[in-house]
Amino acid sequence: MVNYIWLGMILMGVVTAAWNGQIEVVTKAALEGAQTAVTTAFSLIAIMAFWLGIMKIAEEAGLVKVLAVLVRPLIRLLFPSVPKDHPAVGAIVMNLSANMLGLGNAATPMGLIAMNELQKLNPKPDTASEAMCTFLALNTACITIIPSTIIGIRAFYGSADPAMVVGTTLFATTCGMTAAILADQFFRRLYRLRGGGLC
Amino acid sequence: MLEAISAVSKWAIPVFLTLVLVIGTLRRVQVFETFVAGAEQGFGLAVKIIPFLVAMIVAISIFRASGAMDVLISMVSPFFNLIGAPAEVLPHAVMRPLSGGAALGIASEMIEEHGPDSLIGVLVSTMQGSTDTTFYILTLYFGSVGIRKYRYAIASGLTADLTTLFASIFIVTLLFAHLS
Repeated sequence: MVNYIWLGMILMGVVTAAWNGQIEVVTKAALEGAQTAVTTAFSLIAIMAFWLGIMKIAEEAGLVKVLAVLVRPLIRLLFPSVPKDHPAVGAIVMNLSANMLGLGNAATPMGLIAMNELQKLNPKPDTASEAMCTFLALNTACITIIPSTIIGIRAFYGSADPAMVVGTTLFATTCGMTAAILADQFFRRLYRLRGGGLC
Repeated sequence: MLEAISAVSKWAIPVFLTLVLVIGTLRRVQVFETFVAGAEQGFGLAVKIIPFLVAMIVAISIFRASGAMDVLISMVSPFFNLIGAPAEVLPHAVMRPLSGGAALGIASEMIEEHGPDSLIGVLVSTMQGSTDTTFYILTLYFGSVGIRKYRYAIASGLTADLTTLFASIFIVTLLFAHLS
């Protein structure tokens, strides 16, 4: 699927640019995009190094394990393939908690730690496992209690009540997360039936 | 309400940081050495995701700059009018899963133009706050462990995004119809 989306975006871009008589835009956009990607990756080094360091302490102190025990029933339901005391559980919980509080900077490194742990359980290292698909579905549509960035922007533009979107965001993200879990379960079964031949 | 929320955002990380260090020390973890050992992996991880990010961002960048994005938006807009949503928020809805920075830019622009407490302002704020940059997250997370076959992850991610979008439109037009 990712192959077709990627191909589709580039082909449609080239065709549209040619149609509009401005084909030179494509080359420029490609190089600028590559530049943005590298800048983004490098700007991640700082927060990644910081949070990976903190998380390593949390792990050695046994905190990640304690957290894992607390949410065990929920995790067993969503991630049946992950052993109950696996370090992936703690990292998944920390990542989702950070997401809920709108702490994007902290959520990403914890998510990458979780992926690293899930990869250790993955029999096919170049293919996403079912647990990874579930984790990513939850990550892209996680319940948000505090949408901190947008509250800041609303305050900046002089809103009378910057936090008034908290309720609507909570409603929308609850619907989104429910849909993410259902869609994940649905596609997982569909893929098992088709033997994974769709993509 | 706002005070409580901003207090949580402000205090969450310092409190977490202190807790981890204090508990770590009590459990006899060599905190400094352990931190350095963990932080060491940061650089390698960032380098590892570069090819994945380049592939994805180049495609999105071509798609946007060529005008194909605008074509897509004009194709979806009749459907948007049908469900009674203001068509002004459509560019944001299409951009949100693709590019976090661009979506935030669109949201800020619209809040500035229509006012943060207008219907469009509240709607675009809710949309911005409630979904994430799905393609970026997929690329980053899968890239960090070298996974190239995403299977159905994009399908469930986009299903969730669409649901969140419609839920945002539903709840905002229901609660804030009196705003204009």
